[in-house]
Amino acid sequence: MNKLDSILRIKNNQSVELQKIETLTYADFYSIVLELLKKEENHCVTYFAYRRKDDLQFIIAIADDKNHDIAILSHILKARKKQELNSLTQSIFALHIFEREIYENFGVNFINHPWQKPVRFPHNRADKKLQINDYPFYSIKSEELHEVGVGPIHAGIIEPGHFRFICNGENVLHLEIQLGWQHRGVEQLFLNKKHNLQRNLLAENIAGDTVIGHTTAFAQTMETLANKQISEQLHLERALALELERIAVHTGDIGALCVDAAYHLGANVFGILRTAIINFTQLWCGNRFGKSLVRMGGTHFPFTEDLKIELLQMLAKYEKQFEEMADLTYRLPSVQNRFDFVGTVTKKQAQLVGTVGLSARMSNIVKDIRVSHPNIAYLNFPYQTITLKKGDVFARFLLKKKEIRKSIAWIRNLMEHFQFDNKNTQKPDYQLNLKPNNLAISLVEAWRGEVCHCAITDENGDLSHYKVKDPSMHNWKALELSLRNVEISDFPINNKSYNLSYCGNDL
Amino acid sequence: MIKEAKVIFHNGKQYIPDVRNVKLKAPFRGRPEISNVKVDEQALIDICPLGAISLNPISFDMGKCAFCGECAFAFPEKIKFTQDYKISSNKRENLIVKEGENNFIQFDKEAIRLEVKKTFGKSLKLRQVSAGGDNSCETELGAAGNANFDMNRYGIEFTASPRHADGIVVTGPITENMAGPLRIAYDAIPEPKIFVLCGVDAISGGVFTDSEAIDRSILKDIKVDLFIPGNPSHPLTIVNGLLDLTR
Ligand code: SF4
Repeated sequence: MNKLDSILRIKNNQSVELQKIETLTYADFYSIVLELLKKEENHCVTYFAYRRKDDLQFIIAIADDKNHDIAILSHILKARKKQELNSLTQSIFALHIFEREIYENFGVNFINHPWQKPVRFPHNRADKKLQINDYPFYSIKSEELHEVGVGPIHAGIIEPGHFRFICNGENVLHLEIQLGWQHRGVEQLFLNKKHNLQRNLLAENIAGDTVIGHTTAFAQTMETLANKQISEQLHLERALALELERIAVHTGDIGALCVDAAYHLGANVFGILRTAIINFTQLWCGNRFGKSLVRMGGTHFPFTEDLKIELLQMLAKYEKQFEEMADLTYRLPSVQNRFDFVGTVTKKQAQLVGTVGLSARMSNIVKDIRVSHPNIAYLNFPYQTITLKKGDVFARFLLKKKEIRKSIAWIRNLMEHFQFDNKNTQKPDYQLNLKPNNLAISLVEAWRGEVCHCAITDENGDLSHYKVKDPSMHNWKALELSLRNVEISDFPINNKSYNLSYCGNDL
Repeated sequence: MIKEAKVIFHNGKQYIPDVRNVKLKAPFRGRPEISNVKVDEQALIDICPLGAISLNPISFDMGKCAFCGECAFAFPEKIKFTQDYKISSNKRENLIVKEGENNFIQFDKEAIRLEVKKTFGKSLKLRQVSAGGDNSCETELGAAGNANFDMNRYGIEFTASPRHADGIVVTGPITENMAGPLRIAYDAIPEPKIFVLCGVDAISGGVFTDSEAIDRSILKDIKVDLFIPGNPSHPLTIVNGLLDLTR
């Protein structure tokens, strides 16, 4: 099939001239996408539409984990045509969220989409009459069943979202999660803001628990569009910050799960250990979440050999305490009992809904951008992905522990083999000139999974479209599936075992 | 049991004994100081991505500032960040730091309603509402109660229901989609109650100030009792702000 061979393919952190992206007829687009996504090594990293004059241009990016590249395909829906398309979701369910987003933003009707519902009620949605309280929840007419609605405001210190359970007694038959409460207009603001520092700040505030993940994707996207060369050292510093972010959040999540298992010693000690990591990040850049660390073109806070000494000391202490605590926690029968065989998502289900990152790896799916689409940092200092098989709360709980160990080992290896040269640092550069009429894409394996930023420039080299995808977009469905035939009281442990992002989804 | 005891022993004392006097290390950025050195003023104003710096005299609004540090990198002789984390106030205008005036951030004790001190001086239960927060301020509010900062020792805690709460702590720029639920939660809290804005997004909208997706109209008719700056606010800033307000 020569159609498949002639597809445009780019690497992660590469750009391409818009005119090189062939616009296909929808029929061709449809069949090629189906053909590609049938293969296990391919998955969609982003699929969006944007206005070009009056028409709608659609872009899909399909990452190929075997060839380590990304296929880019496009089609156009003319304004004078009926605004409807045959849904791809009916064959490839993982695309459901992207088609829903396009439907919500532009009013394009996807024929035979099984679940065509709003995603986030953005301020610039096609149908402004539809309010967030009008969300069309699935419901079952039955005398025996009852519904439980939770949120948008929850019982803890947590972001808002609405959960609607359909229960048979204590048992959950179905959970539907309605998001959008956090929508701040992030993507539009990337275009409205004209100063690159403002955009950098915006990227930093997409999801405060994934600061490094999102700012790295942003910086790489912009640097790619500007042909700005970044030193190996800077790439490594960002990767180091990314691994620290992973360790910190995973540690916090393990602690949070201990809270729900009523294991207070674990909850407190893991909380303390998380503090050690984020306090190191504060020592590095002044902010516990790494805000202000990653900047376009360079950084104000280069990593130094002095910081290396501090980091290694901190990690040595962390590791000792972590292992001691983990040894107790993970063997505790009451903890095992609470998490084992609860909220299982099978490999088949996980593939179907298109999970990424940790949510995929816990169901034995090897998905990790650091391995499949590495940037220089992970090419020079490779990372080996771990997967587990069971797909339940315990698998997620265990995988976090294993990933912490792996990240520490990765950092140690880096510290041992790389000398940070204080003279060889790059300062931020906000005056980058972006290439006109180009598209760039950047994938980063943040702690939840792959973050994808994709930017398009106009003929003047200004941003004409900016697309953000948080891994949560793929993974919320997995949480819904986890709740099938689970007691409603097990919702908190399931929720925390995923710890998905509301603001990352709502943007 | 012995193993558990060992864990406790190895972790040692974790709580910060005196949250009022902690020495944080640079590059942590707390209260800024603006010197009288002459600089290109327009360039200084232009550098701030959030419009937090203004003229005559040169002043710095911590309620608009993300503490990104860019101004201090560009004009180190003009702006210096101290590690003073006690930067909350009950008055919005007290968050503005002026050229040459290197004072601590003031609390207007007179302006604190009598019932606030009387009712919440020993126990304060709060309801947190994230209205477009990015989960960093939320995490720091949680951290304020952890083993390190241990806000609970002062009787300050977060509750599950607004019915059990004495006030609301808002994070995020207040999205249009959350404006309604925020109002419902506020109304559900019995009087007397306090209203706290935590983080730059909540105080001024931050980087989202001119977004069409936010709706800050609720602030027109609710009096704010406490502003806690930061991006996110540091747990020490949070704890000290709440203590200053209530005792
Ligand atoms: S630190 Fe604050 S005042 Fe200075 S540039 Fe950043 S946002 Fe503006």
